[in-house]
Amino acid sequence: MEANYTELLAWARGPGFEIALAIFTFGIILRLLEILMLGRKKDYFVARESRFGGGFRTMFSRFFVSGKTLQRSWFIIVVGYAFHLGLFVVLFLFTPHIILIQSSLGLNWPGLPSTLVNTVTIVTLLAMLALLFNRLTHKVTRYLSTLQDYFVWLVVFLPLLTGYMAYNHMGLSYQLMLALHILSVELLMVVFPFTKLMHTFTTFTSRWYTGASAAQRGVNI
Amino acid sequence: MAKATFERGYNALKEQIDAPIASFLSSCVHCGMCAEACLFYAETGDPRYTPIRKLEPLRKVWKQEYTLLGKLTSLLGIGKLTDGELAEWKEYVYDSCTLCGRCSLVCPVGNDLVYMIRKTREGLAAAGHAPEGQIEASKRAIKTGSPMGVTLHALNAQIKHVEANTGLSVPLDVQDANYMVLLSSMEIVNFPEYLEAIAKIMHQAGESWTLCSDAFEATNSGIQIGSSDIARELVSRVVNNAEKLNVKVVISPECGHAYSAIRWEGPNLIGRAYKFKVQHILEVLDEFRAANKLKTEGFEESRLTFHDPCQLVRRGGVVQQPRNLLNMVSKNFVEMEEHGIDNWCCGGGGGQSAIEEAEELRTKAFNRKKTQLDQLGVETLVTACANCRIVMEEGLEAYQMDIPIVGLTEMLVEHLVEEGGK
Repeated sequence: MEANYTELLAWARGPGFEIALAIFTFGIILRLLEILMLGRKKDYFVARESRFGGGFRTMFSRFFVSGKTLQRSWFIIVVGYAFHLGLFVVLFLFTPHIILIQSSLGLNWPGLPSTLVNTVTIVTLLAMLALLFNRLTHKVTRYLSTLQDYFVWLVVFLPLLTGYMAYNHMGLSYQLMLALHILSVELLMVVFPFTKLMHTFTTFTSRWYTGASAAQRGVNI
Repeated sequence: MAKATFERGYNALKEQIDAPIASFLSSCVHCGMCAEACLFYAETGDPRYTPIRKLEPLRKVWKQEYTLLGKLTSLLGIGKLTDGELAEWKEYVYDSCTLCGRCSLVCPVGNDLVYMIRKTREGLAAAGHAPEGQIEASKRAIKTGSPMGVTLHALNAQIKHVEANTGLSVPLDVQDANYMVLLSSMEIVNFPEYLEAIAKIMHQAGESWTLCSDAFEATNSGIQIGSSDIARELVSRVVNNAEKLNVKVVISPECGHAYSAIRWEGPNLIGRAYKFKVQHILEVLDEFRAANKLKTEGFEESRLTFHDPCQLVRRGGVVQQPRNLLNMVSKNFVEMEEHGIDNWCCGGGGGQSAIEEAEELRTKAFNRKKTQLDQLGVETLVTACANCRIVMEEGLEAYQMDIPIVGLTEMLVEHLVEEGGK
């Protein structure tokens, strides 16, 4: 039976991945150009501080939340962090992923033990479920959410789920699970540039612009 | 002003979009944190007041005009902005937003939401969907120089009054003075103490100053309504006259938006730097303090706190100065739990207080300030913005609270060391 999926797996690993990578790469470049080429008008007021320092500062300072903001939004902050950190670990510190990256980019770094990554995957999946629950039940997020929010949730959830199932030999045959895992990642890569997933990159440009303009006004954020 | 049409509104929105806005709109993940930072959501619990949602018209135009995917989908007629939608958004962009900028502080992806709301107002104003109260104020400002229709006659009457009261002269249209003092109409009408305070402080400091008969109004209703044309015209009047009189510094009065208007937006509106410096009155007073030119005696008896005007702190960087000044005259100054750049708005900034139909919402929003004051149990509330002051006086009245509100400048003057000036 297993042999039936060899072709699918080969396509996913070969042409499928190449197509996805091309759309991912060119899509991101296109989107970043669409944004940055718009430019911004020159400021003529006398600034208190340079844009550079403030822009750079806010790129990092926004990672930290404290005080009343933390109190008011603790759920989304705590669970949001769990999800983002978990995703980072699973994506970049799982040895098979590192080997894949090494084979295409030549970069290499040590991974974490697979059993640990496996546990992190469970945490990440649970965090995603909690975020979905929050999205569906909190009056603000339920109100704000569009089809894209749910679609993007799904295309991030699927690679995590299929990867977890493949690693633990759950559900379908290993070969098919692996093929589905790779295909789900490719779906994620294809939709990435054209959805809010772009915040992976634009968070930094946004923080830069906001921090730079605050610094000009002498506001330290 | 050209006739307001949807097309003009659409184009105005299109013109506003720059790289920061495109980056912000690409970044939002709909986490909802900006709602918790918004005074209007916090006090009503109405998700329609979530800041990012207030930008829906801007987002649609951006998507359709500046993204490949949006261009394709708009060919199918999906996601197009309508005039009805623009009209509906008046409630979100004006009634339930004071441009206070708290949302811009909490956004995890770093979106400067208030920057975008200010820009979205350009679209609504050009399409004719700005609030009636603000349209009228802008017309009066263009015609008479003051959004409240305060004329030079009224100012002259007040000058005479101040001169009689203090025995000091109030200079008008004097060349080459160090300082040119601007006023807000609210001060001329409701708080004449301010001008008197300036006269006394300048006298003690031994500084030369002047008012200008062709440019005494500091507020800029063009910025509040979101019309760069009107804003530019109003700023130009101040700039041209200040440069004609060859003053060194123009002092923005106790008003938050006036400061933002002349300090930050003004030079960009006219497309060049000024030949003079702009300072808020609190910056000037703090400099006088540091140079030992502001001498006070005695202390306030009551327990007091300071309400930070949003445009001075979060959008202006004037945070420490009022605290230095208050500590000169009070040993009983306590801070609200969230103060400085984290302060809560009075509920009527950004022209909101000019919107009659939003009064109920404004009063509801004031509950936040009421709660902050209740926590402290203060006897006096000090601030440095005539608009905050009026809005809070109305709010205190609505909640039947008996706390006097004082402008910081006039409080300082109560303690000036008399040098036989009277």
